[in-house]
Amino acid sequence: MAEEIARLDHKVIYGIIEPGSGVLDLGCGEGDLLYLLSKKKGIKAQGIELSEEAIYRCVEKGLSVFHGDIDSGLTEYPDKSFDYVILNQSMQEVRKVDLVINEALRVGRNVIVGFPNFAHWRARLRLLLKGKTPVTYSLPYRWYNTPNLHFLSISDFKEFCAEKGISIISEHYLGKGKPADILPNLFALNAVFVITK
Amino acid sequence: MTVENSVGTVKTKYFTFAEPPRELKLESGQSLGPITLAYETYGTLNSQKSNAILIEHALSGDAHAAGFHEGEKDPGWWDSMIGPGKAFDTSKYFVICSNVIGGCKGSTGPSSVNPKTGKPYALEFPLITISDMVHAQSHLIDNLGIDKLLCVVGGSMGGMQTLQWVASYPDRVRSAIPIATALKHSPQQIAFNEVGRQAVMADPEWREGGYYGHGQPERGLAVARMVGHITYMSDQSMEEKFSRRLKEKNYSFTFKTDFEVEGYLKYKGDAFVKRFDANSYLYITKALDYFDLSDGKLIRQGKAVDTRFLVIAFKSDWLYPSYQLQDIVRQLKTKHVDATYCEVKSTYGHDAFLLEVEEETHLVRHFLKKIYKEGE
Repeated sequence: MAEEIARLDHKVIYGIIEPGSGVLDLGCGEGDLLYLLSKKKGIKAQGIELSEEAIYRCVEKGLSVFHGDIDSGLTEYPDKSFDYVILNQSMQEVRKVDLVINEALRVGRNVIVGFPNFAHWRARLRLLLKGKTPVTYSLPYRWYNTPNLHFLSISDFKEFCAEKGISIISEHYLGKGKPADILPNLFALNAVFVITK
Repeated sequence: MTVENSVGTVKTKYFTFAEPPRELKLESGQSLGPITLAYETYGTLNSQKSNAILIEHALSGDAHAAGFHEGEKDPGWWDSMIGPGKAFDTSKYFVICSNVIGGCKGSTGPSSVNPKTGKPYALEFPLITISDMVHAQSHLIDNLGIDKLLCVVGGSMGGMQTLQWVASYPDRVRSAIPIATALKHSPQQIAFNEVGRQAVMADPEWREGGYYGHGQPERGLAVARMVGHITYMSDQSMEEKFSRRLKEKNYSFTFKTDFEVEGYLKYKGDAFVKRFDANSYLYITKALDYFDLSDGKLIRQGKAVDTRFLVIAFKSDWLYPSYQLQDIVRQLKTKHVDATYCEVKSTYGHDAFLLEVEEETHLVRHFLKKIYKEGE
């Protein structure tokens, strides 16, 4: 069924999560991924999302969602409440990344982190040759309208995990519509990590 | 008056129980009986009795939630949400709305005749709590032959009753929709209620509660209601509704009504004393203040609760601010109870739960659809 999934990062995450898992999606947007996982894999889904409009779309899909920001949404959950906590394309938008990752690792057995790679060769070239802030396929925003508060590369994230004693269970590198496994820090547009502590 | 998607002409029904000696034991330790509950129903109960929704009303509400009473031109208080094709779709669901005990809209309250004395109870009426209101309703639900409610829903005090249903009878509630409410009143909320109560009791016409046969303490009750109305609106909604507009061209330089907002509050106060009993106001506001399901009392320890929650807050509601709704959600999270929470953007203040029909309809309709489908 994974063939129907339009977004490559969704396809990768869909492949990671086992049927029947408890899943918390932080920054679940309109709930497309959670909906797919609930429908096809029978997961127990919970989302957190800041946009009111997106909350309405999630409720339409029959999903359970909390309207609020990720930074403050996790403290009440007991340890290991979920099999998976997803932070896909939302980690770079939270204010205190280390705090959110720590909390995600506390409430989830595994955490799936997906983020755009700032060290993609196009980003490097743009900065090096044009002297301009990178704009790429996975980082489509201009400096003045980007929701991203943090810019990181694949190497940065691996270093972060090593420093914080976080184990990487698996890593997935995504190009434009296909995997990008060769020299990922140079060629991958997005990365998806499964981590645990 | 629009009759489109209306449940049509409806009648209030009455259910009497707790005849002595089998009186209802109240939280205070006192007993009450016999008890009559006024209620209305819309739609049809299905053969499995799995489509019943209980609507809980707010402080001054009543059992008449939808449709029209014979000869009246105004529909029930939540008619915008209840009817065929509406949020609480009466072509699918069996909708019940029950008046609370302590009230004055057909249910047993301080203005009812005490069968022991043949006179109105007045202050002989025992203090009641939200838990007592819900306990009494459970007898009505039993009587209707319903074991499990598809949903209990209400705003403000109705939200407290909704939460109390889950606390008291978790196995009988498949889903709960508390709206613009709280697990407990803050000192600020208690303070506003106390101002209202003091206004009633300071009116000499109150006669220590024994005003029946003499006429209501109208001034006191009207002032109480005026204070209430201020707390139901927001700064912005009052600005939009009244601004500083004057009734006449110029200031009168007297203490007569100059500003439109003054006229509005007076009108609301005067209208209220014609339809609401002053003692009921005292009893019910006290029940609101006593209510407290904080600190894990909503979901009892060691109890697995399958009830699904939809919790709705409104951004400009400063009487029941969104942090109070988030407190509910926090308790649910710690107990692994399935919940959805939405803070609806609105400028109406606390009144939003009666006015933001489109947003509420969207949330409620899809939420209920899922719960109902899962039960089939």
